Amino acid sequence: MSTATGSTRLTATPGQTVGPFFHYALPYDGDRELVAPGTPGAVLLHGTVRDGDGNGIQDALVEIWQADPSGRVLQRPGSRRRDGHVFTGFGRSSTDRTGRYVFTTLRPGPVDGGLPFFAVTVFARGLLNRLFTRAYLPLEGAAPDALLTAAGERAGTLECVRDEDGLRFDITLQGAGETVFLSYPGHSEA
Amino acid sequence: MADAMTDPGPALEPQRVIDDEIATIAKEYEQAGGLAGELETQPRVDYPPYRSSILRHPTKDLHHADPEGIELWAPCFGERDIDPLEADLTIQDGGEPIGERMVVTGRVVDGEGRPIRRQLVEVWQANAGGRYVHKRDQHPAPLDPHFTGVGRCLTDDDGWYRFTTIKPGPYPWRNHHNAWRPAHIHFSLFGTDFTQRMVTQMYFPGDPLFALDPIYQAIVDPRARQRLVATYDHDLTQHEWATGYRWDIVLTGSHRTPLEGDTEADR
Repeated sequence: MSTATGSTRLTATPGQTVGPFFHYALPYDGDRELVAPGTPGAVLLHGTVRDGDGNGIQDALVEIWQADPSGRVLQRPGSRRRDGHVFTGFGRSSTDRTGRYVFTTLRPGPVDGGLPFFAVTVFARGLLNRLFTRAYLPLEGAAPDALLTAAGERAGTLECVRDEDGLRFDITLQGAGETVFLSYPGHSEA
Repeated sequence: MADAMTDPGPALEPQRVIDDEIATIAKEYEQAGGLAGELETQPRVDYPPYRSSILRHPTKDLHHADPEGIELWAPCFGERDIDPLEADLTIQDGGEPIGERMVVTGRVVDGEGRPIRRQLVEVWQANAGGRYVHKRDQHPAPLDPHFTGVGRCLTDDDGWYRFTTIKPGPYPWRNHHNAWRPAHIHFSLFGTDFTQRMVTQMYFPGDPLFALDPIYQAIVDPRARQRLVATYDHDLTQHEWATGYRWDIVLTGSHRTPLEGDTEADR
């Protein structure tokens, strides 16, 4: 491998689909419980991943990465072997046969004065590369930030909705209500 | 599709239909000047020859975002998360798995060539017969009681990962009639930034199934596809023990200037 110097950038390795057979490799005990259910302040973050026909995708995988309630970004190990006390900010949930994913977590606080959101990655059989999005906490009167403003009438797809279970964030890969997915500088999509 | 459920064989399209679609897309890419400029370096998410992608890709352009806050950081994994033995897929179930023992190793770096240090790498794969330990894999090839095909490790301080495993076999799938996937190992990777998260597949040199496989061909540019193919490396091959393959991984450039101590947390 050549080592980049100065402004030379190496070309990123291509992604590929997670495929249908990740279930015995990527999920793990406690993957979707960033805190134990019943923990003070615990909230359910859940939603359904849907395809272009509106059907739930039963072989998708959703990951979240978030700040703690005070807006601190944590760099603490332990996400794969949770000890029941340390909050790491990372969670992973495969979808069930209806396409639903679920996390038990804490509400993220604002980082550096920004609006609080969960950073979300989506993988699925049939999805040839991962997708990124943000799940903002309900704005509740707060002014939209640059991304929400730019998303215009689709901004609603980036916001969690409060429901009787907690926070709902549905992810629609295609079609009516298609979620706003993100690319970041340095990403070259196909 | 109802027919496909009740009488799968005849209802599935033949390989040549898929081949024609792959060839048409490749030709369009070439005519658009793609080959000369290597315009595309990632798979298309809209790639109809891979039938499962048809309803599972966004139709709207990705929205540009400048990473902020949490997106400038990645989850941190450490030695309490991973047992070093998890990097050897040949010793997990109390007996020797069947197949060609091999070592696969390489470096994980960012777009500037900086090593991704002390970060999680996860792999999963079929066994030597092309069978996954997964209830939805119905391929009538034998399961191996001594092989699960799951491994994990942390990269070292120079970004190196290393697994000992069994070379996976190709396996059939239902994209079309007589569809076979080239042998591959799935890789899941984290970087120093959330935006570098990625999942991909590593392939083996010279696989005759490459040209026929719509997942591999979804990376339309041949030079970009080649980045997923490991290199046989005789210096990694171990005398009377295992063959050796080298495969390096480049994540997208990071956005945050790494601070001394970012990766020190769990040493």
